[in-house]
Amino acid sequence: MTATTADHSVHDHHHDHHPPGAWRWLFTTNHKDIGTLYLWFAFVMFIVGGAMALVIRAELFQPGLQAVTPHFFNQMTTVHALVMIFGAAMPAFVGLANWQIPMMIGAPDMALPRLNNWSFWLLPPAATLLIASLFAPGGAPAGGWTLYPPLSIQGGMGVDMGILALHMMGMSSILGSINIIATIMNMRAPGMHLMKMPLFVWTWLITAFLLVTAIPVLAGAITMLLTDRHFGTHFFDPGGGGDPVMFQHVFWFFGHPEVYILVLPAFGVISQIIPTFARKPLFGYTSMVFATTAIAFLSFIVWAHHMYTVGMPLTGELFFMYSTMLIAVPTGVKVFNWLATMWRGSMTFETPMLYAVGTVFLFTIGGFSGLMLAITPSDFQYHDTYFVVAHFHYVIFGGTITGAIGAVYFWLPKWTGNMYHEGMGKLHFWLTVIAMNVTFFPQHFLGLAGMPRRIPDYSLQFTEFNVISTIGAFVLGFSQIIFLVNVVRTIRGGEKATDRVWEGAEGLEWTLSSPPPYHSFTTPPVIRSA
Amino acid sequence: MTSSRQQRIERRAVLAALAGALFAPLANAEWGLNFKPPVTEIARIEYDLHMLILWICCAIFVVVFGVMFYSLYAHRKSRGARASNVSHSTKAEVVWTIVPACILVAMAIPSTQALIKMEDTTGSDMTVKVTGYQWMWHYEYLDHDVDFYSILATPRAQIENREEKDETYLLEVDNYLVLPVNRKIRLLVTANDVLHAWWVPELGVKKDAVPGFINEVWTRIDEPGVYRGQCAELCGKDHGYMPIVVRAVGEEEFEAWVSETRAGRSAAN
Repeated sequence: MTATTADHSVHDHHHDHHPPGAWRWLFTTNHKDIGTLYLWFAFVMFIVGGAMALVIRAELFQPGLQAVTPHFFNQMTTVHALVMIFGAAMPAFVGLANWQIPMMIGAPDMALPRLNNWSFWLLPPAATLLIASLFAPGGAPAGGWTLYPPLSIQGGMGVDMGILALHMMGMSSILGSINIIATIMNMRAPGMHLMKMPLFVWTWLITAFLLVTAIPVLAGAITMLLTDRHFGTHFFDPGGGGDPVMFQHVFWFFGHPEVYILVLPAFGVISQIIPTFARKPLFGYTSMVFATTAIAFLSFIVWAHHMYTVGMPLTGELFFMYSTMLIAVPTGVKVFNWLATMWRGSMTFETPMLYAVGTVFLFTIGGFSGLMLAITPSDFQYHDTYFVVAHFHYVIFGGTITGAIGAVYFWLPKWTGNMYHEGMGKLHFWLTVIAMNVTFFPQHFLGLAGMPRRIPDYSLQFTEFNVISTIGAFVLGFSQIIFLVNVVRTIRGGEKATDRVWEGAEGLEWTLSSPPPYHSFTTPPVIRSA
Repeated sequence: MTSSRQQRIERRAVLAALAGALFAPLANAEWGLNFKPPVTEIARIEYDLHMLILWICCAIFVVVFGVMFYSLYAHRKSRGARASNVSHSTKAEVVWTIVPACILVAMAIPSTQALIKMEDTTGSDMTVKVTGYQWMWHYEYLDHDVDFYSILATPRAQIENREEKDETYLLEVDNYLVLPVNRKIRLLVTANDVLHAWWVPELGVKKDAVPGFINEVWTRIDEPGVYRGQCAELCGKDHGYMPIVVRAVGEEEFEAWVSETRAGRSAAN
């Protein structure tokens, strides 16, 4: 055993031979090592993407051009989104899946360990390529993360680098999803029927199916973009008989399920955390599973609500308005079930619970603005304004990112065997949630008052709320240092965690030691029939 | 008046001046929180629908989070709450599926009616073709033989912070789109290079300008005035610098403007 394994030593007595130093991480096929890699990668991307967000907010602090040129501003908005979605949010949850799914279903490891290694190691080169595009002639992709042609046809080689990076990240997601599906379908402990699986496992199973369905569609769209750019095709070029609107349809056929790819695993996380700290079983387990499935299905038939102003026939607009509004029903079911889980519980508010409640609160605000955006006639005013920016940050930051941070606090004592610092955790929570609201709530007003998104400069009436938003963004960004310090401290040492860690914790992962053995369950556990 | 008293008054005056200096920009600010006042029927429909949905959402917000925060307060271990073991209630689950569905139907009905009205471009009195370019607009009055480009008129010096920004900063163009009031005007929106979107909030019109496609939209302006908007679809580096200014005028003034513009053009030719 080498020094690098100190963080999960003690209990590892068997089958945990691995090469020393960096080679361990490069060649690892262990679900925990790969989970750790994913999580650190996601955190680094979160900081990189966050730095880009601060460049954006710095430029928007005052009207006029101060910090950057408009072209660089557009690169920042584009790459910030791609880094956060494909580099931070998605890998963070694949990391959580890697750590947790084998432990939660009573398996020794993931079903396809070498594939697991490959799906992680596709990411760093992809991210390098994406970020390197900033230094390419003509700069990084600057046409928005949606890469709408014909604008994305105009860019320099940075756009090609971005497309190839997206292909690699997409491939990584598909491979990771295949692995997750194979693991859940084949490696559950005897007696762990599908309808007994923890909700985190359920939401990930559904997410994995969304990924293998949606990502190839994105791959198709950006491949057509690439051939339009270089090989003389005219898929999206009206000058050659192509159709720029077709790209939007294909893109959003991927793009809307992508939203649920980002948020469903977070729903899974809070469905684990809330029962734990309410000391009460999850309310309406069956309806939670069905609601998740319903959301996943509906996510494939609502895509054109991102395109209400593109010029669709009336019947098309009506269909997409109704189907989008329908999503509110299963989403409501989930929120009500979480509330009912809290109701008449015996709650305590350790950091993971604070994050879970925060996620319910913030995501629901994003849900309300989502419902408003679903209404086609009023969306004609909201579309492409800061109202939309506020909406999806409540959903993606408020839902996905706070959910992921809550998951880290929740399971970190299990992973490391040490308790994190509760005071720092709470401070981190309050700073994050307050700064998040200071940053994004005023953007609702900006959008309603008429500020378009993706502009580097604005007319004077938008100054005040932009000032507030920028201040909030900087507080939000720098608050994450507390998170980093807390996590590193916990990995290094601290008060020892018990195996069960939380008083109300239920589930197989809590029956393992803290930290758990290198190969989680070498003999399948016995599931009590409840 | 004693000198100490005078000093006190002076000190107060200085404090008041300081506070004034600090808060004056905030006091003078518009703090726009909502849609601008609508000047067309469409914009009014959008505004009413927006407020209706907003208030419904606010009501649900208060009820749902009222329950949640009550629970967070009352059902905490430190207050001696004991966890119940209820994990299922078919009745509750049916209720919280059906009730939201009914609310949604109630929202869908006025939305559908509004949309049908908005998409009806028939029976228009005149047509203007709007073409987006990187980075300007081109307007062509199909019934009046008038056409011109409309480009940002804010001086570069203001953008680069070398001059003080005026009230219409980034919202001023060289040639306004002049339209008559109380006429149903059909706008044909397209683009000649990349995507753009023609948006004037007070008119309630936003339509993507897509090369190769011609989108239709209509407006009927109730009140004369100047209404400002911006391109709403990312179109490259100067996306933030292609505003739209509409000047709505009475019928006679419109006719006068048309002949004047035509005369100006033939003189130039």
